[in-house]
Amino acid sequence: MTATQSADVKAQRLSSADYADNFSDIHPPLTPHEALVEADRCYFCYDAPCMTACPTSIDIPMFIRKIQAGNPVGAAKTIFDQNILGGMCARVCPTETLCEEVCVREVAEGKPVKIGLLQRYATDTFMEREQPHPFTRAAATGKKIAVVGAGPAGLSCAHRLASLGHDVTIYEAREKAGGLNEYGIAAYKTTNDFAQDEVGFILEVGGIAIETGKALGRDITLDQLPQDFDAVFLGLGLPGVNALGLEGESAAGVIDAVDFIGVLRQAEDLSLLEVGRRIVVIGGGMTAIDAAVQSKLLGAEEVTIAYRRGQEHMNASLYEQELAQTHGVVIRHWLAPRSLHVTDGAVSAITLEKTALDAAGKLSGTGELVTLEADQVFKAIGQTPDSGPLAGSVELDKGRIRVSDDRRTSHPKIWAGGDCVAGGEDLTVVSVEDGKIAAQSIHKALMA
Amino acid sequence: MADLSTNFIGIKSPNPFWLASAPPTDKAYNVERAFEAGWGGVVWKTLGEAGPPVVNVNGPRYGAIWGPDRRLLGLNNIELITDRDLEVNLREIAEVKRRWPDRAMVVSIMVPCEEQSWKAILPRVEDTGADGIELNFGCPHGMSERGMGAAVGQVPEYIQMVAEWCKHYSKMPVIVKLTPNITDIRYPARAAKAGGADAVSLINTISSIVSVDLDNFAPVPTIDGKGSHGGYCGPAVKPIALNMVAEIARDGETRGLPISGIGGVQTWRDAAEFIALGCGTVQVCTAAMTYGFKIVQEMTQGLSDWMDEKGYATIADFQGRAVPNVTDWQYLNLNYITKARIDQDLCIKCGRCHIACEDTSHQAITSMVDGVRHFEVMDDECVGCNLCVNVCPVDDCITMVEMTVGSDPRTGKPIDPRYANWTTHPNNPMAKEAAE
Repeated sequence: MTATQSADVKAQRLSSADYADNFSDIHPPLTPHEALVEADRCYFCYDAPCMTACPTSIDIPMFIRKIQAGNPVGAAKTIFDQNILGGMCARVCPTETLCEEVCVREVAEGKPVKIGLLQRYATDTFMEREQPHPFTRAAATGKKIAVVGAGPAGLSCAHRLASLGHDVTIYEAREKAGGLNEYGIAAYKTTNDFAQDEVGFILEVGGIAIETGKALGRDITLDQLPQDFDAVFLGLGLPGVNALGLEGESAAGVIDAVDFIGVLRQAEDLSLLEVGRRIVVIGGGMTAIDAAVQSKLLGAEEVTIAYRRGQEHMNASLYEQELAQTHGVVIRHWLAPRSLHVTDGAVSAITLEKTALDAAGKLSGTGELVTLEADQVFKAIGQTPDSGPLAGSVELDKGRIRVSDDRRTSHPKIWAGGDCVAGGEDLTVVSVEDGKIAAQSIHKALMA
Repeated sequence: MADLSTNFIGIKSPNPFWLASAPPTDKAYNVERAFEAGWGGVVWKTLGEAGPPVVNVNGPRYGAIWGPDRRLLGLNNIELITDRDLEVNLREIAEVKRRWPDRAMVVSIMVPCEEQSWKAILPRVEDTGADGIELNFGCPHGMSERGMGAAVGQVPEYIQMVAEWCKHYSKMPVIVKLTPNITDIRYPARAAKAGGADAVSLINTISSIVSVDLDNFAPVPTIDGKGSHGGYCGPAVKPIALNMVAEIARDGETRGLPISGIGGVQTWRDAAEFIALGCGTVQVCTAAMTYGFKIVQEMTQGLSDWMDEKGYATIADFQGRAVPNVTDWQYLNLNYITKARIDQDLCIKCGRCHIACEDTSHQAITSMVDGVRHFEVMDDECVGCNLCVNVCPVDDCITMVEMTVGSDPRTGKPIDPRYANWTTHPNNPMAKEAAE
C-alpha cells in the first residue's frame, strides 16, 4: 500500500496455523462409509428431478447407486460422461438451488441427499486412484478447432471435441488454464490446487494443446482464427468489472472483488496478503460472498456486505448467505452506495443510501444515509464482457454474444458459450454444458 | 402391567424371552450376565458326548449381510457345539440353575444317533437340576457331516427314535429343535410328536454361503483360502421361521404341540408375531450377539407396553390368535377387491410406484398428468397387487382400499359381497369336475 495510507490495512493479522485452518476444505469430503450411508438415502427416482435440474444432465441416481454398490470409479465415469468438470462442479455448484433443491427428500423432510458431496466422493476417488482417462478419442478427423479461453466452457468444449477425434488448440490470455476455477472461486472451495489437477485430467484425453498468454485482440484475432481453423469456440468469460461510478473510486483500498479473489487464489503465502480491519463489500452475488468470507478468514474484524435490494433478490443462494453470516459477515440489505470518503489518498468510509421499491416496483433512494467506516471497499456488482475484440465478427446482445440453442453465433464458423454469451446463468456447470453442446454442434457441422 | 410369565411344557420363566443355544449360552459367565440383564431363560449351548470335546476352527467363524450403515441383517456361522469339557458344562449348569431358580434352564444336547449315547448323557443332565432338554437336530454344518445335527433332523424316523429314547431315559420335558433345511417342516414335527416330544423349537439355522470374496474367489468366512457352508440366522430369516411355525401350528397332526419360536427375533414385535402364531416362548441369539444382553429390556418392556395397550393380561391371551387366519391360497376370497390409493399430500413424487408398476407389473400408475409430474392409480388397470405400497418410501402414502360397492373398473364386474374362493371358481378344472 502507499505511504500515505492511513487506513488499517495490513498482512499477518493471524497466526500461520489460523491461515491453514481458515482456508482448508470448507466441506470436508465424505469418508467411504459416510458415502455409502448417504448413497443409500437416494431413492433412485423415476425420471429423477435432480437429473432434470442438473444443467449437464448427469445421471445422478445412477452414479449414486454405483457408489452404493461399491463402484465409485464407475460412478465417476457416469458423471464424466456428461460433465468432464464434474470434480469442480461437485465443489462449486450451488447444489442447493439445483439438484438438491428438487431432491424428493428435500421435499419430504428438508434434507436432500448430499448429491454434491457424493459427486465429489466419486470424482475424487477416481482421480486419487489414478484411473485411465475415461474417454477414448475417436479416429482422427483431421479437423482443427480453436478454442478461445481455457475456463470451464472452453475446457469442456475442447475435451468433447478431442474425444470426437478433432485437434484442438486452446488460447488462454492468463498464465494458467482454468478460468474462474483457477482465479475466481473462494480458495476453501477448491483446495490443494484442484483446478490445475482437473485441467491435467482433462488434457489426458489427448489432442488438446493449450497456449497461455494469448489474448484475443492482442495475440490472436477473430479475423484470422476462422481462416486458420475449421471452427472456433469462444469461451471468453467476463473480463471486465462494473464500476460504482462514484468519485474517489481510484483511491487506494477501493478494489475489484474479482481481483482480490484472484490475487488470493494465486498467493503462495496467505499470511503476506494485506487485508483491511473494516471492510465493506458492495454487491449481492457469489463474488460478494466469496470476497467477504475470505477477507474475514484473512483476519478482517468487521466485514459488511451492502446490497441495494432485499435478501430475496440476492444472486447468492440462501445457503451462501448463511455461510457468510456464520463466518461473522454482516449482510445489510436495501443500501446503495452514494459516496466514498477518501483520506490521504485512501478510502476511509462509504456512505450509502437506504433504498426501497416504489409503488411501480422501481428501486429508488429514500434519502436516508448511512456511513460505514471502511479500510477497504470491495466492488462486486457484476462482471462485464469485453466486446472490443468481437467487433464486427459476431452479433452481440448488450455486449454479450448472441447464440442459438446449439451455441452457434452469427458467424458460420464461430460458436460460443459460458458467461460471455447472452442469456446464461453465469454458473460453472452451465458453462460446461455450453461447451459440450457447442462441441457436438461443431462436430455435426464439420462432419456433415 | 401385563404378566409376561410363561409356563412352557412345565418349564417356568418370568418372560418368554430365552437365549437360544449358541455362543451366548456357552458358559456360566455369559448366562449369569444374561439373567442379570433380564432374560427369562436360556438353552445352554449344545453339549456333546463325554470325552475330548469338539474343536472349532481358529479362523473366522461368522459371515454377515448388512443393510445401510452396516446394520446386521443376516449372520452365518460355522461354529460347532460347545468345545468345552462336558464335566465343566454340567457343573456350571447346576451352579447357575441353583442361583437362578426362577429362570428357565434348558440344556441342548447332540450326541451320536445311538441309544447308548443318549442313555449315557441324559441322567447326567438331569442331575444338574435343569428344567428340560432340547435335542439339537438342526445344526447344518460340521456336526451333520458326522451323522448328527441336521443329519438327524432331516430324517423323521431318526427324530422319532431319538425322542423316544429321551422320553424313556429321562423325566425331563423334551423339546426337539428342528432344522429348516428340509422340504416340508410338518414331517419332522409330526415325527417329534410321534416320538413323545413335549414340544418343538424352530428354526435352527439355514444352510448358507453368506457371500463370496471376489478377490480370492472363496466363500466368506474364509479359512486359509477355503470356506464351507454355515448356518444362517438373524432378521433375514424371520419370514422363513414364521411360515414354518405357522405350518406346524395349523397342521392337523401337530396342532396344539407347544412351539418355541426361533429365527430373527430382534424386537418385542417380532416376538409378539411368533407368539401370535402359536409359540409359547421365543428364543433369541443374533440380536444379543449384535447388541449385547441388555436388548432383552426393550423386548420385555415393549411386549408389556403393547399388551397393556391391547388389553392382554397374559401371554396366553393372544397366543395363537393369528393361527386361524393362516390359510391356503385356494381359500382366499376372490371377490375381495382392492385398489391402491396414493395420498397426494404425502407423495414426494419419487416415481418409484410408477416405474415399478410400469416396468414390472400392470401399467396402472401415471407419471404425468396434464404435463405435470403426477402419480395416480388408474383403477381400470390396478389389480390391487400392493407392489407400489411396498416400494413407496413414505409411510402410509399409498394404501390399499377395499371396494365394497359398484363394479371393478378393471373387469367391469359388479362387486360381489359374497365370499368365493378358487375351489368353486368356474376356471378351476377341479371345481368343474366337482360340479358335473
